[in-house]
Amino acid sequence: MLSIRNLSVHYGGIHALRGISLDVPAGKIVTLIGANGAGKSTTLNSIMGLVKAGSGSVSWNGEEMLGRQTKRIVESGIVLVPEGRRVFPNLTVDENLTLGAFARHDKAAIEADREHVFKLFPRLKERHKQKAGTFSGGEQQMLAVGRALMSRPTVLMMDEPSLGLAPLFVGMIFDIIRQINAEGVTVLLVEQNAKAALDVADTGYVMETGSISFSGTGKDLLADDRVRKAYLGEG
Amino acid sequence: MNMSPVLHDTQRRDRMLTIGAALLGLALLFVFDSMFDPFTMQIFKLCAINIILALSLNLINGFTGLFSLGHAGFMAVGAYTCAILSMSPDQKAANYVLQPIVPWLANVHLPFLPSLLVAGLFAGFIGWILGIVALRLRDDYLAIATLGFSEIIRVLLTNAQTITNGSLGLKGLPRYTTMWWAWGSAIAITIFLVLLIKSSYGRAFKSIRDNEIAAEAMGIDVFGMKVLSFTISSALAGIAGGLLAHYLTTIDPKQFIFLKTFDILLIVVLGGVGSITGSVVAAIVVTVSMEALRFLDGPLNLGFMVTHGIPGLRMVFFSALLMIVVIYRQQGLMGTAEFSWASLSRIGLLPKRSSKEAAR
Repeated sequence: MLSIRNLSVHYGGIHALRGISLDVPAGKIVTLIGANGAGKSTTLNSIMGLVKAGSGSVSWNGEEMLGRQTKRIVESGIVLVPEGRRVFPNLTVDENLTLGAFARHDKAAIEADREHVFKLFPRLKERHKQKAGTFSGGEQQMLAVGRALMSRPTVLMMDEPSLGLAPLFVGMIFDIIRQINAEGVTVLLVEQNAKAALDVADTGYVMETGSISFSGTGKDLLADDRVRKAYLGEG
Repeated sequence: MNMSPVLHDTQRRDRMLTIGAALLGLALLFVFDSMFDPFTMQIFKLCAINIILALSLNLINGFTGLFSLGHAGFMAVGAYTCAILSMSPDQKAANYVLQPIVPWLANVHLPFLPSLLVAGLFAGFIGWILGIVALRLRDDYLAIATLGFSEIIRVLLTNAQTITNGSLGLKGLPRYTTMWWAWGSAIAITIFLVLLIKSSYGRAFKSIRDNEIAAEAMGIDVFGMKVLSFTISSALAGIAGGLLAHYLTTIDPKQFIFLKTFDILLIVVLGGVGSITGSVVAAIVVTVSMEALRFLDGPLNLGFMVTHGIPGLRMVFFSALLMIVVIYRQQGLMGTAEFSWASLSRIGLLPKRSSKEAAR
């Protein structure tokens, strides 16, 4: 269980997170939805140690993660698929995947995981020697997810995985999220595509300007009037 | 991964070709050593030194994606360290005429190899310190900071008279840099860099170049890797500086002005930012043509007019070449690609694959 308590982050004078608290139970899919600038990405980046948080607590199975180096956080099983398909464009698919396992040293298991990623994304196997920069947006997103899986995560955090993808790929990405979760990986998903995210999620949190305004199960939130008005464009 | 016996055949062929090429190269060095006159030999040695310089600058600029312009400074550190350590006490007494050398250095007299290694280590140490401070900057800011550093080094060398003999420089250094030293170092460093780039460190360097944020999210210690790359690059530049000192046998601070960095940058850009093969080939081509084009500096009969010799005209050629490359082929000669036997077979110089493999 990943539990976040009173997490606050300042960027210069901007109060990006105003003491948020949320729980990500093991084996579940949790989603954070909200408008641009609500602090969703900041939440993920500070869990990952990429943003130095001001105060609060991020505990993972009782261990405090806040203030640790990103490398240690990756080693403890939490990994982030960053926003905007940040693959390494001049490196091949193989090299990208190998870098995903940078924090690991168990060679044989890494190769097994590579085969597993290729099974999830057969397109990557076909082009494993090709440079990632030559791929389409959707393929790059798959590579970014595959690369994250190479660290053998117990918690996979994804920042807007469907952003700017063709509808076909959006569907595929959400199928993959379900599949990864079914294999036992806990997922913390940040999305603007609230409908699709709440469809797959066990729990959803709605963020507004740096704080969490309300939460509920995915189903409940899909039926909630406030969510329907603000994020689903209905009523 | 795929270890089918057929693939093995191509691998074995490639290994044989590599060994063959290495032996051929060694034989060529022997032939050149006995065949070339001393002047040609000097240029040939300079090629090797420039290979080291280009490779070390490419490690930081090309493979790690950090725009650093401090190379002349690290060369200077290496050149002076190596020279001071390897000069005999008598030579030192003869050189330091205005102010005597500080006592703790006066009687130091080391053979060439340890001097060269200390030169590399010391330049690497200076690079490490500068890296920790300057690598918090990015892009142009880093370039300006490192350029400034290299000028600071030069000013220090000019003014630390009791250590460096100031602007008088050091003369009459032993001519240690034989062809075997120059090419031996160049080959050893090339192999070291090839192995480094192929290692997980090399992959980490390239991932930082490609996307720093993603590299960090993968758990790569981005800052530590940058400092490591910068330190190695500085150390290699220091070794090249030491070789250069004992190649020229005379050094003074003016040799290491920031323009020296741009000479190396020219090689790196022409060869391909991020290609070891490119840097090696471009270093040889540029060094040889710098000499071959010397006639441009002398009197020229252009048919319609006769010039009386314009010193520096040959540099115009390189300026023009650089402009052409930047406009029409930004990636340089090789881009980020490397030479491989497989690439030779792709362009048809080697049979594509063995018949057995084709039948697959």
